[in-house]
Amino acid sequence: MIYTDKVMDHFQNPRNVGVVKDADGTGQVGNPVCGDMMTFTIKVKDNKLEDVKFQTFGCGAAIAVSSIVSEMAMGKTLEEAMKITNESVATELGGLPKNKLHCSNLGADALHAAIEDYKKKKMGEAASSRPKETAPHPEECHCPYCDGPLEGLEGICSSCHVELEECPHCGNLTKKGGEKCAKCGAEMKAE
Amino acid sequence: MKRVYLDHIAATPLDPQVLEAMLPYLQEQFGNPQSLHSPGQEALAAIQEARSRVAQLIGAEDSEIFFTSSGSEANNFAVKGMALARREKGQHLVVSSVEHQSVLHSVKSLEKFGFSSTLVPVDKDGLVDPEDVKRACRKETALVSVILASSEVGTIEPLTEIARVCRSAGIPLHTDAVAAAGNIPLDVRKLEVDALSLAADQFYGPKGSAALFLRKGTRILPFIDGGIQEGGRRGGTENVAGIVGMGKAAELALTKLAERRERLRSLRDRLIEHLPLKVDRVYLTGHREKRLPHHASFCVEFIEGESMLLNLDMKGIATSSGSACTSKALKASHVLLAMGIDHALAQGSLVFSLIDSTTAEDIDYLLDVFPPIIDRLRKMSPLYTKFLEENTK
Repeated sequence: MIYTDKVMDHFQNPRNVGVVKDADGTGQVGNPVCGDMMTFTIKVKDNKLEDVKFQTFGCGAAIAVSSIVSEMAMGKTLEEAMKITNESVATELGGLPKNKLHCSNLGADALHAAIEDYKKKKMGEAASSRPKETAPHPEECHCPYCDGPLEGLEGICSSCHVELEECPHCGNLTKKGGEKCAKCGAEMKAE
Repeated sequence: MKRVYLDHIAATPLDPQVLEAMLPYLQEQFGNPQSLHSPGQEALAAIQEARSRVAQLIGAEDSEIFFTSSGSEANNFAVKGMALARREKGQHLVVSSVEHQSVLHSVKSLEKFGFSSTLVPVDKDGLVDPEDVKRACRKETALVSVILASSEVGTIEPLTEIARVCRSAGIPLHTDAVAAAGNIPLDVRKLEVDALSLAADQFYGPKGSAALFLRKGTRILPFIDGGIQEGGRRGGTENVAGIVGMGKAAELALTKLAERRERLRSLRDRLIEHLPLKVDRVYLTGHREKRLPHHASFCVEFIEGESMLLNLDMKGIATSSGSACTSKALKASHVLLAMGIDHALAQGSLVFSLIDSTTAEDIDYLLDVFPPIIDRLRKMSPLYTKFLEENTK
């Protein structure tokens, strides 16, 4: 099996599926183009996440990631919840297949987007309090096409020889000359 | 738990008679077919008999069959070998947009050596229009390659008409018949193709055993240099047991094909007719009539293929999907996209392919367990929630 027991458990028995009624914040990330899309809704009381629910269109990993993020975030203060990272989610799940790290591991991003939305709505806070988004995997990047390790950014995957470029919309690597970004689905029309 | 295997396109079970035929060549009959002594000559006789049986399956002559290690190898061999053998005439290739990756990537490889290519489009059912092939062909076209039947959507292409186009243009034609051979009647003389790939694991033979038919007189460069095996075109000690197994599987396919085809077709139709009645917004992919007898493929709206596949597996049902998540490359099936299916819907791809032992009860079991799985996954899907909201307003 490509997934750990914990991933399969969360996939088979996902926690906190649905939409929070009269949600205080909503966050959505991903795009069906690359296979995964996640929506988080939250209820906030006394600066704490009183309720967290998710909906996910995606593979087993995407569903498990959303489920465990909802569990990790439940009851936490907003500050604590903002500290949940995609990496810590993957660790909590006992690891994810390498080729799923880029695409499916967006749960923390979706949760953070919901918290940002809440802050904007209720407190009128600027989005500046959001920690600077770091590249998901600065140390070990993998080609979105063949799962081979990417060394440096020479613009070509040494494993499958796909030419790569940075997507101007999301900053992730995608195929050069491709119609749509493999990560965010944005149109990649050549100038 | 009940187990239902509906993934013919990935692998078929080995027919017990095939295993029986192979066993001696994994045990006492270990001779190398190129040896002059008796054990060697006995192995040679066995692979020649297998060659004859594979030839009979597709109406070829024995000398026109070249054994390979897989369907992908046969496709690489044909596309690269035939194109390079004709490169003085021109360096242009014509292939359909629904080819197997082993054809598409062979073309990509050739492009690094100066070839160019034209991708022929398909219609919404995945059919290639022979007129489009005609338009794509140029004076300098070295090779045309069009798949005989798609393993992803089951559509059977009009190869006879495409062959007519190629013949009148004087361009050799290869067809990838891996998904079709042994499952529908094929006659290379009637099809008038110059090369055809087939694989034993698609008709109850062993994995690692496949072949390329190459019409007598067709030029090709050797694929593995440095051996006298397979007429010097594909060197390396023969996979004797695998080849013997392919021969036996071809012989059995020829005798069982008609009955098997009728039976599976009726089960396939039961699935194609009933699945969309059980769950709404499920669409058949590929042509309704012109399709492989054992093949029923769908796209299910609002959910992703891998999550369906894993849920079906938990119910004991083995299937395939063309979604991005199930592919290691994380790309949705190029076949579905070429047919004009949008990305989100293509993610909900499911392929059910029936095998010899599939029963009506198996299909009914699938029809029973499918709706609750879809219901559960759709309740989890933001796309479905959005759809419901938009349709209740």
